[in-house]
Amino acid sequence: MAPPFRLAAAIPLIASLGLLGCANEGGGLQSPKMATIQARGRLVCGVDGKLPGFSFVTPDGSSKGMDVDICRATAAALLGDPDKVDYRPLDVTDRFAALASGEVDLLSRNTTYTLSRDAAGGNAMSFAPTVFYDGQGVMVPSGSGIQDLKDLAGKPICVPSGSTSELNLANRMRELGLPYTPLKFQTLDQTYAAYLSARCSAVSTDRSQLAAKRSSFPDPAAHALLPVVMSKEPLTPATVNADPVWADAVRWVVYALFQAEELGITQANVEAKLAEAKANPALADLRRFLGVEGSFGQQLGLKPDFVVRLIKAGGNYGEIYERTLGNGSSLKLDRGHNRLWKDGGLLYSPPF
Amino acid sequence: MRSASPGPVIPWWRDRRLIPWLVQGALAVVLLVVVAFLVGNLVRNLTAAGLLLSWQWLGQPAGFDVAEPLLPFDAGMPYWRGLLTGLVNTLRVVLLGLVGATLLGTLAGSAAFSSNALLRALARGYVELIRNIPLLLQLLFWYFVVFLALPNGAQAIQLPGLVLAKSGLYLGRAALADGVWQLQSGLRITVEFAALLTGLVVFSGAFIAEVVRGGIAAVPAGQWEAARSLGLAPAQTMGRIVLPQALRVIVPGLNNQYISLAKSSSLAVACGYTDLYSVAETTLNQTGRAVEVVLILLGSYLVIDLLISAVMNGVNRLVQLQER
Repeated sequence: MAPPFRLAAAIPLIASLGLLGCANEGGGLQSPKMATIQARGRLVCGVDGKLPGFSFVTPDGSSKGMDVDICRATAAALLGDPDKVDYRPLDVTDRFAALASGEVDLLSRNTTYTLSRDAAGGNAMSFAPTVFYDGQGVMVPSGSGIQDLKDLAGKPICVPSGSTSELNLANRMRELGLPYTPLKFQTLDQTYAAYLSARCSAVSTDRSQLAAKRSSFPDPAAHALLPVVMSKEPLTPATVNADPVWADAVRWVVYALFQAEELGITQANVEAKLAEAKANPALADLRRFLGVEGSFGQQLGLKPDFVVRLIKAGGNYGEIYERTLGNGSSLKLDRGHNRLWKDGGLLYSPPF
Repeated sequence: MRSASPGPVIPWWRDRRLIPWLVQGALAVVLLVVVAFLVGNLVRNLTAAGLLLSWQWLGQPAGFDVAEPLLPFDAGMPYWRGLLTGLVNTLRVVLLGLVGATLLGTLAGSAAFSSNALLRALARGYVELIRNIPLLLQLLFWYFVVFLALPNGAQAIQLPGLVLAKSGLYLGRAALADGVWQLQSGLRITVEFAALLTGLVVFSGAFIAEVVRGGIAAVPAGQWEAARSLGLAPAQTMGRIVLPQALRVIVPGLNNQYISLAKSSSLAVACGYTDLYSVAETTLNQTGRAVEVVLILLGSYLVIDLLISAVMNGVNRLVQLQER
C-alpha cells in the first residue's frame, strides 16, 4: 500500500518543481508581447521598406539596412534565429497605430524620439536607445542658386505629412519670419516624386534620408544638401509603453550592439572571444557579457547567450553602420555623432 | 346580460392593452443594459489604455502650416482652427466638384441621345474608360502625369486670360517676374487643387452621365414624338419636354453620386491638396489623440453628406409630379 501512496504524494511536488523551472527560465517575467512572439515563432517588425540604408528590399527579395539589422539582432536574441522576422512596411502616418494596435511587435522605422511620442498622454511608446543621431536638412536642385533658408521665402517646400519634419520646418520658418507653402504628401515616394518634378523648390526631412533617397535619384549630383541643420532627430526603435519587460529586452539588445563594438567583438572574432572567455575564468566581465556565466539573458527574458547570437547575426553596431550607411554602402555617410563615446560620439552603453 | 355585467376581472398578464407596453418596456430595458455595457466597456478599455476622450488639445496651438488656406490660418492658431480650415478647403473642392460633375455628366448623358454617331461614341467611351479605373489612380495620374508635367516660368502655356504653369493656373492677368509668374488680377489655382478637382469632376461626371442617360431613356418615346409634331426644335424638345420629366428619375440617383463625390474628396492627400483629412492626419500624428480625431472626421463627413441628402431630397420634392 505504501509505495503507490508515496508516488501520489510526489506528483504535486514534481509538478511544482517543473513550474519552478519554468519560472526560473523566464526570470519571473510577465511580458505578453514576448509570450506572443515566442508562441508565433516570428518577430513582426515595422519598417519603412523603401529607404536605402535603413530598410529596403534588394533585387533578390531580402530586406537590408540598419533598421532591418536591429530587427534581426532582436530576433536572434529572443528567438535564436535572425531570419525569423516578418517585415511590415509602414507609412509615416500609420506607423504609430500599427504599433499601438499590436500589429507590429517592434517599430524600427527611422522614427524620431520625442516627448509627445514617449509620454503616456501622447503616443505612449517606449523608446530603446537611439540607433542613429540625425538632423533635419533641406535638399535643393544644385543649379537653383538657393543657399540657405532665406532663399526659400515664398517658395513651395515638399515635406512628408504628419512627420516631425513638417513641424520643425513650420517652427523654423516662423522663427525666421519667412512665408512658405508646405506641400504635404502621405508617402515618401509621392513627396520625392513631387520634388523631382520641380513642383517644390526644396524637400525637407532627415539628412540621412535625403542622402539615402538622393542615392537612388536618376542624377544624384544634380541635388545638394544645404548646410542648415534645423533640428535634432534621434532615430530610435520603439515598442509599446504597456509592456516594460519587452521594452527592456529591446533596449539591452541595442546596448549590446554598442558594447560589443566597444569591446572589439565582431562577427568574425565572436567565436574566438567566446572560446577565450570559456577558457579563462579570470575574464569575468567578458564571460558575463557573452553569457558564459551569470544570467543576463534570463533576467531580460532572452536567450542566455543572446549577445553571441546577435553578434553572429549581423556584427556589432560599427559593423552594421559601415555595411548599411557607411563606406561599405552606396550612401557613404560619415559616422558623425554616431561614433562611440570614447571616439567623441554619442553612443554610450551603460555597464552590463 | 353580458353588456350589463362588468365581466370577470382580467388578470394583468392577459390584458391586451398592458401586454404590448410590458413587452416594449422589457425590450427597452434590455437594450439600455446592452448599450450601457458596450459604452462602459469602451470607456473602461480606453481608460485602461490611457486613451479616454479629452478635448483640451483642440485649444492648443497647432504648430503646422496649411497650404492655400481659404480661411486665414497660421501655425500659432489652435488645432480646432486648423481642422476648420481643412473643412473649408474640403467644402470648396466638394462644392466646385458638384457643379462641375453635374455639368459634365449632363452633357455626356445627353450626348448619348445625339443624332451624331461620333458624339455618341465619345460619350460612351468616356463613361466606360473612367468608371472602370479606381479614382485614386486617376488622381495620381492627373497630378503627377498631367499637372506636374506643366512647364514652369517662361515656357508656361499662355492663353488669352489664362496661364498654365507648374506653379499654378492663373486666371486673369499674370506677368512673369524673375522667372516666376505673379498674379496681377484674377485668380490663382494651385496644381494640387486643379488635379483634385479635375479628377473628382471627371470621375463623378461619368457616373452622373449614366444616371442622366437612364433618366432620359425613361421618358416615353411618345413625348419626343409629340414635341416634334408640335414643331419644337431639338434643343427645345430636350430642354422643355424631356429633361423636366427625366429629372424625376435623375434626382434620386444624383443624390448617391453627390454623396460619393463628397466622400471621395478625402483622397486629396494623394495629390498634395490640404483638406480636412490631411489636416486631421497631421493633427493625429502630433497629438496622439487618434480616437477624438477620427470621431471629428467621421462626424464632419457625416454632416456634409446628410446636408447634401437633405438638399437633394428637397429638390426631389420640387421635381416630382404634383398630384391633385
